[in-house]
Amino acid sequence: MNGIHDMGGLHGFGLVEQEVNEPVFHSFWESRVFCMTQVLDTKEIWNLDEHRHEIELMSPDDYIRSGYYGRWLFAMERLLDRKNILRRAEIERRVEDLATHVESLSVCDAPRDWPRRDDQKVRWGAWRHEDSVSPRYHVGQQVRIRNIHPEGHTRVTAYARGKVGVVDRVNAEAWVFPDTRAHYRGERTQAVYGIRLCAADLWGPQAEPNTTVFIDLSEEHLEEP
Amino acid sequence: MKTHTPPEKPWQALRTEAVESLLVELGVIKSEQVDEFVRHYEERVGPRGGARVVARAWVDPDFRTRLLADGLAACAELGLGGPETEKLHVVENTSSVHNAVVCTLCSCYPWPILGVPPAWYKSSAYRSRMVREPRRLLAEMGLVIDPSVEIRVWDSVSEIRYLVLPERPAGSEGLDEDALATLVTRDSMIGVARVVL
Repeated sequence: MNGIHDMGGLHGFGLVEQEVNEPVFHSFWESRVFCMTQVLDTKEIWNLDEHRHEIELMSPDDYIRSGYYGRWLFAMERLLDRKNILRRAEIERRVEDLATHVESLSVCDAPRDWPRRDDQKVRWGAWRHEDSVSPRYHVGQQVRIRNIHPEGHTRVTAYARGKVGVVDRVNAEAWVFPDTRAHYRGERTQAVYGIRLCAADLWGPQAEPNTTVFIDLSEEHLEEP
Repeated sequence: MKTHTPPEKPWQALRTEAVESLLVELGVIKSEQVDEFVRHYEERVGPRGGARVVARAWVDPDFRTRLLADGLAACAELGLGGPETEKLHVVENTSSVHNAVVCTLCSCYPWPILGVPPAWYKSSAYRSRMVREPRRLLAEMGLVIDPSVEIRVWDSVSEIRYLVLPERPAGSEGLDEDALATLVTRDSMIGVARVVL
């Protein structure tokens, strides 16, 4: 989808602010969100592309304002709600309880899809070791990055669409195709290619000299030029 | 009856606490599992792991060859590994090429090798500018690259992760592996700084 998350090349975000002696986590809640998500990642509830797409579905205002871990919190809440494991209304009630320091917390007794049934369980990782693929393109070959604008999840960045590059590396493992897996339309395992793009082809007269950009793309994102 | 009012919590902290308490009550997760991950990222993995890899590559040419061929396998030799990195490409800086890593779509990063990325790596400014004006951005961040040196920016938007192998600083010939490792910074392994003595 063409969203605010696809930031490559945008103007207007100012300077990169580096923090001296930055802690691993800036606050307790950030560490909990990050690590809770990683525990949930092991529970066969969602897949990683779906998790990324959930973040992309935030309103652009919220995306910018929430910060990195705020986006993770949003995605976790929405996914748990959509999977009928934990409802937003239940979270709202608990937030209210905690904020007002009630003596007894709300209880959750509605039916929910937990534990997961076998037919609900989802595989996580991106590389399917049991599959093999036959790459269509080879190192040194010119390819065009397809000019596509899918409404759903995709890993083709806007700045690279329609550009011609050269295959720099073939990752000939069976990689799951994020664009379909995010929506449960199949894993479509395929090779992933490192594509070399000349800055002048990307940015025209504003390109910096002697600069090259490399981007990893699934086979289905490429075509003969 | 409460005798004092606890400090105001930011709304995200409150929501996080609510989600965790509910998930624990429902038996979906255990807080100890979350604690374990927090310890992993705060204490066990981080840039020091990557620094050991770089220092080993500087002193051991065979290791360097293995590292450039299969990053994860070589890192595993040093006991490094973990979730969220299925393949690691190590890109080597030379006198004519400088590499830098970004993820413009989210913030993909080699967690098992470098730990949790710094806030700036996840910032809109870095993600938007690094692919368009790396030379200018690196200079702003304190790294001036000679115009004759090619800058290669790796936009790691697939499941393949990147680690920059920085140049060994001149004058470090007398240092052993451990001493070299102390010189290697996180930023040098992302490609926004040099390793200096």
